[in-house]
Amino acid sequence: MSQIHRDDFGSKMGMWLFLFTELLLFGGMFLLYAAYRFAHPAEFVLAAYRLDVTLGTVNTIILLTSSLTVVLGIVALQRNSKKLSIFFLSTTLAFGLAFLVNKYFEWGAKIHHGIYPKGPELANMSDGEGLYFGLYYAMTGLHGVHIVVGMIILAFVLVQIYKNKITSDNFVRFENAGLYWHLVDIIWIFLFPLFYLIH
Amino acid sequence: MEQHDTQHKEHKNTGYGIYILVWLGLVSLTLITVSLAGFNLAGLTVVTALLIASVKSTMVINYFMHIKYESVLFKVFIAICIIIFLVMIILTFFDLTYRPEILTK
Amino acid sequence: MEATINNENFYQYKGKHKGILGWLLTTDHKRIGIMYLAAMITFFVVAMFIGFFMRLELLTPGQTLMKPEVYNALFTLHGVIMIFLFIVPGLPAVFGNFFLPIMIGAKDVSFPRLNLLSWYLYMAGAILAVVSLFTGGGLPDTGWTFYVPYSIRSTSNVSTALFAAFILGFSSIVTGLNFIVTIHRLRCKGMTWFKMPLFVWGLYSTAWIQILATPVVGITLLLVIFERFFGIGVFDPALGGDPILFQHLFWIYSHPAVYIMILPAMGLVSEIIPTFAKKTIFGYGPIAMSSLAIAFVGYLVWGHHMFTSGISDTSRAIFSLLTFIVAIPSGIKIFNWIATLYKGSIEVRTPLIFVMVFIFVFSIGGLTGLVLGSLNTDIHVTDTYYVVAHFHYVMFGGMGTLFFGGLHYWFPKMFGKMFNEKVANFSVVLFMIGFNILYFPMFIMGYLGMPRRYYDFLPEFQIYHQISTIGSWVLVTAILIMIINLIVALKNGKKAGSDPWGGTTLEWTIPSPPPLENFDIEPEVTKGPYDRV
Repeated sequence: MSQIHRDDFGSKMGMWLFLFTELLLFGGMFLLYAAYRFAHPAEFVLAAYRLDVTLGTVNTIILLTSSLTVVLGIVALQRNSKKLSIFFLSTTLAFGLAFLVNKYFEWGAKIHHGIYPKGPELANMSDGEGLYFGLYYAMTGLHGVHIVVGMIILAFVLVQIYKNKITSDNFVRFENAGLYWHLVDIIWIFLFPLFYLIH
Repeated sequence: MEQHDTQHKEHKNTGYGIYILVWLGLVSLTLITVSLAGFNLAGLTVVTALLIASVKSTMVINYFMHIKYESVLFKVFIAICIIIFLVMIILTFFDLTYRPEILTK
Repeated sequence: MEATINNENFYQYKGKHKGILGWLLTTDHKRIGIMYLAAMITFFVVAMFIGFFMRLELLTPGQTLMKPEVYNALFTLHGVIMIFLFIVPGLPAVFGNFFLPIMIGAKDVSFPRLNLLSWYLYMAGAILAVVSLFTGGGLPDTGWTFYVPYSIRSTSNVSTALFAAFILGFSSIVTGLNFIVTIHRLRCKGMTWFKMPLFVWGLYSTAWIQILATPVVGITLLLVIFERFFGIGVFDPALGGDPILFQHLFWIYSHPAVYIMILPAMGLVSEIIPTFAKKTIFGYGPIAMSSLAIAFVGYLVWGHHMFTSGISDTSRAIFSLLTFIVAIPSGIKIFNWIATLYKGSIEVRTPLIFVMVFIFVFSIGGLTGLVLGSLNTDIHVTDTYYVVAHFHYVMFGGMGTLFFGGLHYWFPKMFGKMFNEKVANFSVVLFMIGFNILYFPMFIMGYLGMPRRYYDFLPEFQIYHQISTIGSWVLVTAILIMIINLIVALKNGKKAGSDPWGGTTLEWTIPSPPPLENFDIEPEVTKGPYDRV
């Protein structure tokens, strides 16, 4: 029973279907974002001035690069260079961590200034700005959780490559973990302009 | 049965080069969208931002996520997912666009 | 290999683990199906008795049995258990798990371990729902719809219940994902898409809804939890949020979820009818395609739950119009079923009686749905007992009836025993009578203005409430007889052969109960699923 024939195509299909659910999970929040931006366009612009575009840009490039190192890691493994693959994958993990550290400082600064739900500064703002920050925390927060989960999954892959459980002719788990990481990247590709770049 | 052989493995284009090119493209698009945000594009701000984001994610999906080389079936799946999501947005906006208290705000 | 013909069925198989662990750690789709069945029947009986006590409270005006708060908690519980633990997962989790691989000639689903995880998620969600009753600020009292802003303000234990529903959604997603990949990848030789049994088509359409709609409600419930803990404001009108958007997101899932409930049931009808009409199905293609069509159209109509919530007039008209489209694919199915029966050599056995009950009550549910779907008539009956009656006719009369119908149809296959058909037939007829006495008066009192979710009522409604309560006694009796009859059959039933009804799909070609890996020799399909040549 446990020895069902290996079906890489099937596992990838399963992973894609799972990614769709992630996409629609965020989709629900994007829908809310669209609705509230439609209702409060000016307030959203005002609120967006409080975000640090440089920090956002840096984080975008960090995530894009981390996605690149995942695919490079897969290529390296396909070409039987286990060491190089492990190197690329560790780079991805390091980038993921860097992203989180940035996020920590970004959130920390906001919270320090009292800009958080029920916070003193937010209480002085209009409803539209409040909604902007409500969505900002919910969406980037949930995205951050996905980064953490993605890092855990990639760390598992790393261990399995090290133990030769994932090899150059059996790496669909690596590919699936990569797909997950890229999806997290794609969500950020949309979050970034929608929150940081409205002026 | 599915037409695709289960043990088809060799991907085309599995070179480092193409991925680095795609990455360069992604980074440049990021810089473009950031600098465009400095201009006042009025109503077009959201449109351009979303357009660039869509191009970027298409690149990620096609190359990093390998969809360009996958079976047609996967492309159909993605299309279904996007269509359903758009349906949700459009039908919700039939409400929001015509709701008086939102328009008067 | 063939020399060792394996006569062991999947109950007798001794794997790595023995006894109870052999079940709890199993990855066999059949055992998982049976575990779902056991859990679900338990929850169903609990929620049924909650409903029974609600009806008792409504026997006389004023306080009969319980305080209003208790009544509020009971209708929330009744709804949450029935919807999230029984109706939504019911057919896919029990019969889908048990029969999908067999019907397409596979040994198991694509991801057997994920399948077990799905069961654990289901149980975790269920246990959390129970925990929410006995901890925190008391029983959740929002109704199963968790509408904001009340669900944000209520001091009862709503957060835990929301999280339970979130986890159950996860379980549903995992099952759906598994089924789609299984249907794409594991069909046996010769099993082309259009040779699949129609139940499989129903499951396939359902699985897509599970995947593409469930996450939306997941995030919505999660945001309500955030709202309760942090006050992010997205649904809270005091902070500028729009409660109607909650309703949009909630129904974006919950309307398609109605089709998660009914599509497998319709697939089951398409299995039972050809078996007992002794001829092939009429209009295989249209029935299969109408399942996909219903799944898609299901995404277009959620707004009809919100006609009086304050959405714009334009969207009310659009949603009302789109709602009527659902009638087309549903009609296609009904006509094809009737055409299948036409000139068949019909053999009236228990499962077919269930199907006839289904067609009768579901038609009443469907026709009253038109009243609710058209904008102007809906305004009159919104939030009255008319709505309560309507959805019990479609949900319980539709999915519920066929859950038991499917149980009787496949009971001999699942357990290898035959039940007492006379008792079963009696219980179905009693079920039908009790069902209509219970729910039909609700149409009348709803039309006359009796609002839903009240523990009290004006004296002029008393006669309808009393008839309805008496109906609940009949219905509960019928269901208990039905279940006890099956339990007795488990112990004392006669041995069932491999094909007691004369079915033609693959599950009837293997012994009852099925052997561990379903097929000793991998089957090869050469004819349509219902061809009798």
